Amino acid sequence: MEKAERETIKAPSDNRYYSAAEVEDVAELDRTWASPTGIVGWFQVVNHSNIGRRYVITAFVFFLLAGVLGLMMRTQLMQPEMKLLHPDLYNQIFTMHGITMMFLFAVPVMEGLAVYIVPLMLGTRDMAFPRLNAFGYYVYLLGGITLYVALLFGIAPDAGWFNYPPLASSEFSPGMRVDIYAMLITFIEIAALVAAVELVVTIFKQRAPGMSLNRMPLYVWSILVTAFMIIFAMPVVMVASMFLAFDRNVGTHFFEALSPAGQGPLLWQHLFWFFGHPEVYIIFIPALGIISSIVTTFARRPVYGYTALVLSIVATGFLGFALWVHHMYTTGLPQLGLSFFTAASAMIAIPSGVQIFCWIATLWGGRPQFKTPLLYVLGFFFIFVLGGLTGVMIASVPFDAQVHDTYFIVAHFHYVLIGGAVFPLFGGLYYWFPKFAGRMLSETAGKWSFALMFIGFNVSFFPMHNLGLMGMPRRVYTYIEGLGWNDLNLMATVGAYVLGVGVLISLINVIYSAINGRESGPNPWDSDTLEWACASPPANYNFSPMPAVDSLHPMWDMKERGVRPAVTGVRTDMRQVLTTTLMDARPHALSNLARPSIAPLLLTGAVGLGFIGFLFSINWLILSFFLAFFAIVYWNYPRYDERTPPWKKEGENGN
Amino acid sequence: MRKWRQTQIKLSAILTVAAVVAFFTSCADTRFQSVLNPKSTQAAEIALLWWVMLGVFTVVLLAVTLLVAAAVLRRYDGRRGELSDRQKRNMVLIGGVIIPVVVIFAFVIYSVSVGRYTASVPHDAPITIEVVGHQWWWDIRYRVSGRDLNVRSANEIHVPVGVRVKFVLESRDVIHSFWIPNLQGKTDLIPGRKNFTWVTATEPGIFRGQCAEFCGLQHAKMAFIVVASPEAEFYAWLERQIQPARQPVTEAQVRGREVFETTSCTLCHTIRGTQALAEVAPDLTHVGSRQTLAAGSLPNTRGHLAGWLANPQQIKPGSRMPNLYLRNDELDALIEYLSSLE
Repeated sequence: MEKAERETIKAPSDNRYYSAAEVEDVAELDRTWASPTGIVGWFQVVNHSNIGRRYVITAFVFFLLAGVLGLMMRTQLMQPEMKLLHPDLYNQIFTMHGITMMFLFAVPVMEGLAVYIVPLMLGTRDMAFPRLNAFGYYVYLLGGITLYVALLFGIAPDAGWFNYPPLASSEFSPGMRVDIYAMLITFIEIAALVAAVELVVTIFKQRAPGMSLNRMPLYVWSILVTAFMIIFAMPVVMVASMFLAFDRNVGTHFFEALSPAGQGPLLWQHLFWFFGHPEVYIIFIPALGIISSIVTTFARRPVYGYTALVLSIVATGFLGFALWVHHMYTTGLPQLGLSFFTAASAMIAIPSGVQIFCWIATLWGGRPQFKTPLLYVLGFFFIFVLGGLTGVMIASVPFDAQVHDTYFIVAHFHYVLIGGAVFPLFGGLYYWFPKFAGRMLSETAGKWSFALMFIGFNVSFFPMHNLGLMGMPRRVYTYIEGLGWNDLNLMATVGAYVLGVGVLISLINVIYSAINGRESGPNPWDSDTLEWACASPPANYNFSPMPAVDSLHPMWDMKERGVRPAVTGVRTDMRQVLTTTLMDARPHALSNLARPSIAPLLLTGAVGLGFIGFLFSINWLILSFFLAFFAIVYWNYPRYDERTPPWKKEGENGN
Repeated sequence: MRKWRQTQIKLSAILTVAAVVAFFTSCADTRFQSVLNPKSTQAAEIALLWWVMLGVFTVVLLAVTLLVAAAVLRRYDGRRGELSDRQKRNMVLIGGVIIPVVVIFAFVIYSVSVGRYTASVPHDAPITIEVVGHQWWWDIRYRVSGRDLNVRSANEIHVPVGVRVKFVLESRDVIHSFWIPNLQGKTDLIPGRKNFTWVTATEPGIFRGQCAEFCGLQHAKMAFIVVASPEAEFYAWLERQIQPARQPVTEAQVRGREVFETTSCTLCHTIRGTQALAEVAPDLTHVGSRQTLAAGSLPNTRGHLAGWLANPQQIKPGSRMPNLYLRNDELDALIEYLSSLE
C-alpha cells in the first residue's frame, strides 16, 4: 500500500495509522467477530479471549476458596488438640483443598491462560474449535460448583485427593461422598482434555506464516508439551475413577482387596499415579514457558539456549511419565524395580538444571528491570530449587520410607507447586495483566504482595520439613501434646496467614487496577512476542491484518525495522483464519471457524445431567445419553446462512 | 566497595548454612518420635543418608541462589559484565548437565546401597511380630523361633535390643502404614497382601509410632508405642504376657469383672481366662500393664481410663468403641478391674 494513501486515523489502542480501506475492514471484522451480548448472549460466547478470561477468573476464585480451606486447616493445627473442626469436616476440607488446587485451579488456570495467550502469540484470530472451547469451560464450571455445593451440604469427598480404595470403597466410605469424587473428577477432566486437544490443533495449524517450529515462543512450546501430557495422562484417571464408580455402584471388582490377583488396591495406586505424577508436570511445564517469557522481556535480550530449553521441556514431559512408582515406595514392591524409579526421578534434575542455567545465563550481565513479574521469577528460583532438591532426596527409597506421607512431603510438594507454578503464575499475571485489561497493575502493591507471599510461604512451609522428620504424619486433624511439634506448627500457621495477606494484596491490586490503573498501550514491557502486537485488551478479531513473522522475536524486529509483515486476503465478513503447515508454517488453507452458539451450554447440561444424576440413579445416565445426542446434532447442524459466503448463497437459490 | 559486597555475600552464605544446620540439629535430640534420633541400625543408616544429602544439597541450593543473585545484581558496566556465548554454553553444560549427572550418579548408588540394607528383611529372624492394622488400632502377636506364643496385645510393641526382629504386616480393612520414626521407615499394611519389615534396636527406650497412610476419621489417633528393652527383660515381659489374665482380688475387682462379662464389652474384646474371647477389638488380657489407651492417644492412668470408658466418642469421634452408658458404680468397678490386669 502506498504511503500517500494512508489516512490519518490513528487507533488509540495500537498506535498506528490506518488507511480508509483498512478502517472499513476493521469495522467489518469487529462486527464479524463480536460476541453476542445480553444474558443469553453471555452463554453463546465462543471467542478465545472471552473463554480464556473466564477460565482464569474462575480458576482464581477456586484458588481463593482452596486457600481459605488451607487456612482453616492451619488454624486447626495451630495448637495440639484444637477442637475447631470436627475430624469429619477436617477430612472433607483437606480432600477438597487438594482436589480444588489440582483439578479446579492448577490445570484450568494454566489451560485458561494458554487459551487466552497462545492464539495471540501465534498471531491468529481464534482457536481451532471455538465451540469446544466454550463447552470445556462450562463443564469445568459446573463440575467445580457441584463439588462446592457438596461441601456446603457436608457431603464432600473425604478420602483424600488420591482417594485410595479400600478406604474409598462402598464398604468403608458409604454414601455419596466418594461417588461425587469419582463422577466429578471424570467430568471435570473432560474440560482439561477438550482444551488440550484444542491447544494442540491450534498450535500445529494456526501459527502465523513464517513461525516455523524453531521460531515458536517457548511459552507455546511448553503449552504444546503440556497439552500432549494431558492427552496421555487424563484418560487414565478418568478410566480409574469410572472403575471406582462401577465398583461402588454396580458391584464390579476392579479395586477389591480379595480379587483373584489380590492386587486391587495397588491397581488403583498405579493407575492414579500414572496420571498423578504427570499431573505435577502438567502444572509445572506451562510455568517454564511463563518464566522464559518474563526472563526474555526483563533481561531485554533473547533467551539463551532456545534449543536446549525446548529439548529440556520435551524431556521433562517424557520423564514425567516414568516416575509414578515413587509415590508407592512403601507398598512393598521389590527393591530392584524401585531403584529404577529412583534413578528416573533423580534424572529430572538434569533438564531442570539446564533450564535454570539457561535463564541464569540470559540474566547474567544484563540490566534486568526489577519489575514485579521478574521478582516472582526470582522467588521461583529459590523456592523451586529447594523443592526440587528435596524431591531428589525423596527419590531415595530408604529416605522416602521415613518421610513418605509426613509433613516433609507436604513441604516438598508445596515448594515445587507453589514455587514452581503459583509464583510464576503470579509473575505471569503481573506480566500479562496489561494485555487482559489494557491497564497496568500497581508496582508498589505488586512488590508488597511478592514480599509477603515469599516470606509467608517460607515461614509456613519450611518448618514442615522439620515436622515431618520429627514424625508428624500428614492428613491428621490434630496431634497430642508433648511431641515437640507445637512451636513449628504455630509458626507454619502464622506464615500461612502472611501468605494469605500477600495473595489478598494482589487480589485488591487486580480489582483496583482494572478500573483505575494506568493505561498500558499495546506493548508496555517492550516484549518480543506477537501477543504484544495487538491492542490491549485485544480487539474481537485480535489482529488486523493478520501478522506474519520471520524470527523468534517479531516485536523487536518490527521495532528495529519499522515494518510489520502481514497477511492479506483473509475474509473480513466471516470468522476466517489462515492455517499453515505443521513444520514450517507455510500458508496452505483458509478455514472458517464456528460462530457463537448456545450448543456448548446445551451439551454441557446434557452431559452434566448424566454425571451428576448418576449419583442418584443410573436412569439419568441413560437420559443424558440421548439428550447429549440431540445436543451434538444441534451443535453440528449445518446452517448455510452462517457458513456459506453471501455471494455463493445467492447463486444457490436459498439452499 | 566491591570487596565489601563480596564479604557480605560470603557472610550471608555462611550464616544461611549455619542456620539451616542449626534448625535441623535442634530437633536431633531425645525425641521419641523422630527420624533424627535413630535408635536402630536401620534408622541410623537412613539418618546418615539424610545428613549427607542435606549437606550436599544445601551447598547446591546456595550455589544456585548466589549465581542468580550475581546474575541480576551485577553492576552493568559496558561489555565487562557480558559473558561470551562460549562461557554461557560452558555454564549451562557444567551447571546444568555435568554437576547434576555426577551428583545424581553418586546419590543413586548411595541410596540404593542403603535401601538394600534397610529392606533386606531376614526371614530367619528369631522374633517375628505380626501386626494387623484396624480402623483405628494395632493388633500385635508374637512368634519366637517360629512358634506362635498366643500372646496378643494391642498398640504396644516390645522388642529386645540387639536382636533382629521381623514384622509381618497385614490389614483387615483399609490401607494403613506402619512407622516407627526412631527405628525404621514405613511399610504399608495393605488388605489382601502381606508386607514385611525389620528392626534391630540399638538402645533401650520407649518410642512412638503412628499410622502414616490416611485411613479415615481417626487416622490422627492411630498410634502405638514401642518398648525396646534388654533381651532378658524382654523375655521376662513375654513370660508375663503368656499368662492368662490375673484373677480379681478385691470385691470391687470381682464386681468389675462381672460388669465386663455382662455388658457389651465381650462382643468385641478378649480377656484370656474369662468368657470374653472376641477378636474385633484390642485384647485386654494385660491392659493394666500397657502405657497408653485409645491407640497411643492417652496415657494409661485411672483418670484417662475413666474418661475413655465414660465417653470414647468424645475423645475419638467415630471410634468403633461405642459409648457404654454405664452407671457410675459400674464404671468405678470396671476401672478397678481393668487397671488390675497387669
